[in-house]
Amino acid sequence: MIEVQHLTKRYGPTTAVDDISFRVEKGEVLGFLGPNGAGKTTTMRVLTGYIPPTEGRAIVAGYDVFDQPIEAKRRTGYLPELPPLYPEMTVRDYLLFVSRIKAVPRGERKARVGEIMERTRITDVAERHCGKLSKGYRQRVGLAQALLHNPEVLILDEPTAGLDPKQIIETRQLIKQLGGDHTIILSTHILPEVSQTCQRVVIINKGRVVAVDSPENLTARLRGSETMYVQVDAPVIGDVRAALQAVPGVTEVAVAETRGNIANCEVNSESGRDVRRELASAVVSRGWGLLELRPLRMSLEEIFLHLTTEDVAHE
Amino acid sequence: MNNILAIAHKELKSYFASPIAYIVIGFSAILYGWFFINLLYYFDRISMQAGAGFGGPQSVNVNEQLISPLFLNVSVILLFTLPLVTMRTYSEEKRSGTIELLLTSPLTDLQIVMGKFLGGLTLYAAMLAVTVVHMGFLFAFGNPEWRPVLSGYLGLLLMGGCFLSLGLFISSLTRNQIVAGMVTFAVFLLFWVINWIATFMGPTTQNVLNYLSITEHLNDFTRGVVDTKHLVYYVSFIAFSLFLTVRAVDSERWRG
Repeated sequence: MIEVQHLTKRYGPTTAVDDISFRVEKGEVLGFLGPNGAGKTTTMRVLTGYIPPTEGRAIVAGYDVFDQPIEAKRRTGYLPELPPLYPEMTVRDYLLFVSRIKAVPRGERKARVGEIMERTRITDVAERHCGKLSKGYRQRVGLAQALLHNPEVLILDEPTAGLDPKQIIETRQLIKQLGGDHTIILSTHILPEVSQTCQRVVIINKGRVVAVDSPENLTARLRGSETMYVQVDAPVIGDVRAALQAVPGVTEVAVAETRGNIANCEVNSESGRDVRRELASAVVSRGWGLLELRPLRMSLEEIFLHLTTEDVAHE
Repeated sequence: MNNILAIAHKELKSYFASPIAYIVIGFSAILYGWFFINLLYYFDRISMQAGAGFGGPQSVNVNEQLISPLFLNVSVILLFTLPLVTMRTYSEEKRSGTIELLLTSPLTDLQIVMGKFLGGLTLYAAMLAVTVVHMGFLFAFGNPEWRPVLSGYLGLLLMGGCFLSLGLFISSLTRNQIVAGMVTFAVFLLFWVINWIATFMGPTTQNVLNYLSITEHLNDFTRGVVDTKHLVYYVSFIAFSLFLTVRAVDSERWRG
């Protein structure tokens, strides 16, 4: 449904987006994750036809956004980072105007605007001027604007920015509902949002794709070099390290902290190999006390940090 | 066409939602009224002198001595009011980010530019509509010819179109509407006074300068002459400015 091929965007000497490629299947919700200045907004602007790419292609709903912009734009709904509202228009007038330029048939406009206002919960501000709305309402009017012509593809640039927690939950639910009927790309730098709303994540840093995967797989992949947290009660602390190191599959043991007879260790093992059983028996067979044994899961937040800092290290 | 009208409608609505439309129409009505009274007194005096038969003009004609100078005076009003109409058209959209909505909607750049131009032109037409009232008095109490009046309005509409299209182009170059307004005013002024030095120049330079002056081309229209030469000048001026605007919007995309 969306295909990005070797997309590069340069502004003079600076490269905002550097040779990125990815696909989004029909009905999928893709999260676009990266720190500020990573190139998320630039990529989205190319996808919506707002700016042309320097190199590469972007195909949205079967149309090249550069060669057939009108056809592609007809099938795309876009919420920019700053909701594009006209302060002097009322919400209803604004949405009627947008439905007109988005080629919603004349007879359907009123009904469509009413329906979308219900769906995004802005009916109560229909007659208010856009310039007088709170940040939360502005964001939702922006979302309504993107949905008006029932586009196949939705591109949302930080849709929950500036909302309060209740509104964030509502918006995420709405986005989840929309997935399936619509193909969605949403950008964010808030990580829990991705695991809650997206089926797939593209992590982007400094204009490059760092990883593409499902949120679960990303977590699993990083746990690939599994880390266990082991707490052992042993009479001689010094022996613990050697004993754990001797377990087959273990690559590294770090004794993080000791308190009396208790040692807190972090044990790295080969990826994909579960060494919990062996670790437990190694401790117990020596007559020591096994106080705790658990895998250290990484939250997406850590993955994110990990991936992006790793990328920097590679350069 | 529907897209152009949608944009034009939106532009017009935003003029009337802000004080701009009221200021432009209101102040131009006041100024026009003042010019009208002034010329009316003048005309009153010269027709009495002509009637008395000493030292007055040979003949008195309401079209030549009242309506034609009145139309020419309108260009002064336009100089000050039309920059207000065009200065925010693109600048404001750029500053507030709404340009992103327009450029990602299924519209061509030309449709957006045409829509904005049409919106401005409609506001300008409303401004001219006020002057029809004064014209009505002249027709009620005098006996002017209607052809020069009609051609005069055509000329005014075209001249205003030139100012508007030029202002639109300048507005598309900046996101600061004060800058847009100020530059527009300065450029209008330049086009207005460009032939003032013509009398001191050689014949060729004189012709070129006279040709460039936006207001110079209005003269014949106010006398009831619709000359192709002037039509070509106005229409190509408008077309060229609008073309430049489309290019400016497009190049903005590439520069980002």
